Amino acid sequence: MVKRYLLGNEAIAHACIEAGIDFASGYPGTPSSEVVDTLRAQKEREFYIEWSVNEKVAFENALAASWCGLRSMVTMKHVGLNVAADPLMTSAYTGAKGGFVVLSADDPYAHSSQNEQDTRRYAHFAKIPCMVPASVQEAHDMMKDAFALSEEVGLPVLFRPTTRICHSKGDVDLAEVSQEHRTGAFEKDPAQYVVVPAHTRMLHKRLNEKQPVVRKAVLDLGYNTTEVRGTTAVVACGIAASYVQEVLPADVSFMKIGCFPVDPAWMEEFVQAHETVLVIEEGAPVVEERLRQLSCGVKVFGQMDGTVPKEGEFSPALVADAMVQAGILQASPFQAPAAPAPDLPPRPPILCAGCPHRSVFYAIKRAFPDGIYPSDIGCYTLGLQLGTVDTTICMGASVTVGSGIAHSGEERPVVATIGDSTFLHTGVQGLLNAVYNNAEMTLVILDNRITAMTGHQPNPCTGETAMGAASVPVSLEALCRACGVQFVETVDPYDFTATLQALKEAKARPGVKVLIAKQACVITARRAKIRRWRYVVDPEVCTACGACLRFGCPALGRDENDRAVINELCNGCGVCADLCPTGAIGKEGRK
Amino acid sequence: MSSFDVLIVGIGGQGTILASNIIGEACLIEETPIKGVETHGMAQRGGSVESHVRIGGEYGPLIVPGGADLMIALDLLEAVRYRHYLKKGARVIANDHTVVPTSVHMQHLEMPGRDALIADLADFDLTLVDAAGLAAEAGNLIVQNVVMLGAAAPSFPLKPESLEEAVRRSVPPKTLDLNLKAFALGREAGLKKD
Repeated sequence: MVKRYLLGNEAIAHACIEAGIDFASGYPGTPSSEVVDTLRAQKEREFYIEWSVNEKVAFENALAASWCGLRSMVTMKHVGLNVAADPLMTSAYTGAKGGFVVLSADDPYAHSSQNEQDTRRYAHFAKIPCMVPASVQEAHDMMKDAFALSEEVGLPVLFRPTTRICHSKGDVDLAEVSQEHRTGAFEKDPAQYVVVPAHTRMLHKRLNEKQPVVRKAVLDLGYNTTEVRGTTAVVACGIAASYVQEVLPADVSFMKIGCFPVDPAWMEEFVQAHETVLVIEEGAPVVEERLRQLSCGVKVFGQMDGTVPKEGEFSPALVADAMVQAGILQASPFQAPAAPAPDLPPRPPILCAGCPHRSVFYAIKRAFPDGIYPSDIGCYTLGLQLGTVDTTICMGASVTVGSGIAHSGEERPVVATIGDSTFLHTGVQGLLNAVYNNAEMTLVILDNRITAMTGHQPNPCTGETAMGAASVPVSLEALCRACGVQFVETVDPYDFTATLQALKEAKARPGVKVLIAKQACVITARRAKIRRWRYVVDPEVCTACGACLRFGCPALGRDENDRAVINELCNGCGVCADLCPTGAIGKEGRK
Repeated sequence: MSSFDVLIVGIGGQGTILASNIIGEACLIEETPIKGVETHGMAQRGGSVESHVRIGGEYGPLIVPGGADLMIALDLLEAVRYRHYLKKGARVIANDHTVVPTSVHMQHLEMPGRDALIADLADFDLTLVDAAGLAAEAGNLIVQNVVMLGAAAPSFPLKPESLEEAVRRSVPPKTLDLNLKAFALGREAGLKKD
């Protein structure tokens, strides 16, 4: 056994190779991405790994591997599970053969997400087990057990870490990597794998009959624990259990829920042994709803009576406050913090210096000053700060929201933006629908050849697989033309003038127009050792007009005389030189 | 056992994660439990970032506002932004420099000057470090995070030798000399104050 300081996601990945994983697929999404990223970088065990084009595709691939007897895992974030919800529901009917773990990472407080939904609801909905770790060490240990549990009950197992597990770090005890390798073989069994109604009715019955077995198997794993110490109790789930343990008085009972479904008789025995119970869980009141059904006569505090917040993220201080409110703690052990310093200029995340997307957004604003700008999920959502992102809901929705607005009688032009990975994820269906139904819109594909926001995972535009093997890059031009688009133009966004010109041409034409703004992500370019000349401002020529500053590049600032200066962040894209009305900006070392 | 809570703050890309990794390795060397959390995803792109490190921490990874014993700030403005996380009179090791946020130029916001930022930290035991100058002396501006860690080293409940060994284990081999020099120069600067 070796102890290492690891990120939650790294510890989870290591547990997978200890468990002898044979197949991993996923679609990147914060906070889940580092699980597959760690697996593809490790050298201790060889097996099949892919980044799929979306979560449904990833899910079905991994499910099939499980049907062939392999230990398989699919990873995504909570909103990604919505995309994979269709196969998820039916996979509970068909069941798993090799251990099949569905990792769906939740994001309370929506640190980098569009909502705060609770994956545990999906497990309940699908009638499958769900594991919720409370610490990095537990995340590691649970992941190993998840594969075995899946095989024991013959069902997919949902694994639900939250942001503060995935991206927290701790000293973790690791075990040996498994050397056992399985070879997959599919055994035909239409009654199991073909869900025509006659089979489905049987499979649903069998799934329901499994439930008592599942509840017992979950209880036997030992992740649901109780310590009876008094007449009041705190019940907690996931990372909230760690916060509770930090402040729990010695005479208060504690129930920790790490695995679902919870055995009702076991829970009832604990609840009935107390007069007051406080339930603390981030997300939805999943434990609380169950507990209240069993709590006859026992006073229950939680989300449903307002003692615990129904949204956002918890912390030790918040948990202590809830315990004070429920009369379990006399006073919070934490001093009231000072108020944050007021009126500081904010520093939100922004597009990198030299990011090719910035130039495209700037050109869109010029070419379509009265445009409506539906956008999508990725780095480019940060175009919000440039005023060129009017809507964002979910992956692929820029195209469909755009065509919906275009069909609504809106007179202003619609210009939608979407990244290459998002376009391949669920954008392409929207495009072929928009073309077929004669929408009036321009779609700009921000093609930086990589899935940048989540940490540079390759996609079919990149030309290499998750394992770094060369592969055939998809032709976005051919794909768009095959959808029926008549106007497909590819431009280099670093050429501002040409980009602007192409947008104006698109504007002049009818129907669905596609502009592909193709330029490598500035971070991958730097890693690939592509060096460009940096740019400098000639202070003699600069009139301090501020035109370059409106571009919003972090490499641009002002000196004490309000004239522009370019700092060391400059990546040499040169777009600011195109935008400067006086020609004050030029390449370093050249006049 | 109560933990010694360290907050590392800065701007996405400055190397807060490497700094927290080095502290983690040092804890492994001393067999001290450690927990922490860091910022990923959205906030990586030039945004404000924070990394929590709880040395001796046995429970959750989050530091409670008003609970941090030490702050390492890779940017002076960010030190002020997160000051409410600190205990009264806590140690603050801050880079004597700030990158002006793009919001100042784009939204015409007021940027507090250096003196105002330092005044905002008057309640704390502040040490200012010329991280860029010392990193340049070490050989590359990229090691400013290790300079800052070195400057904070005397304030840790860990042996400086453990931290130095942790640097050896955490950085790419070909940058080892550079990083060790940065750590040593930072440590010297951190000791000078006392």
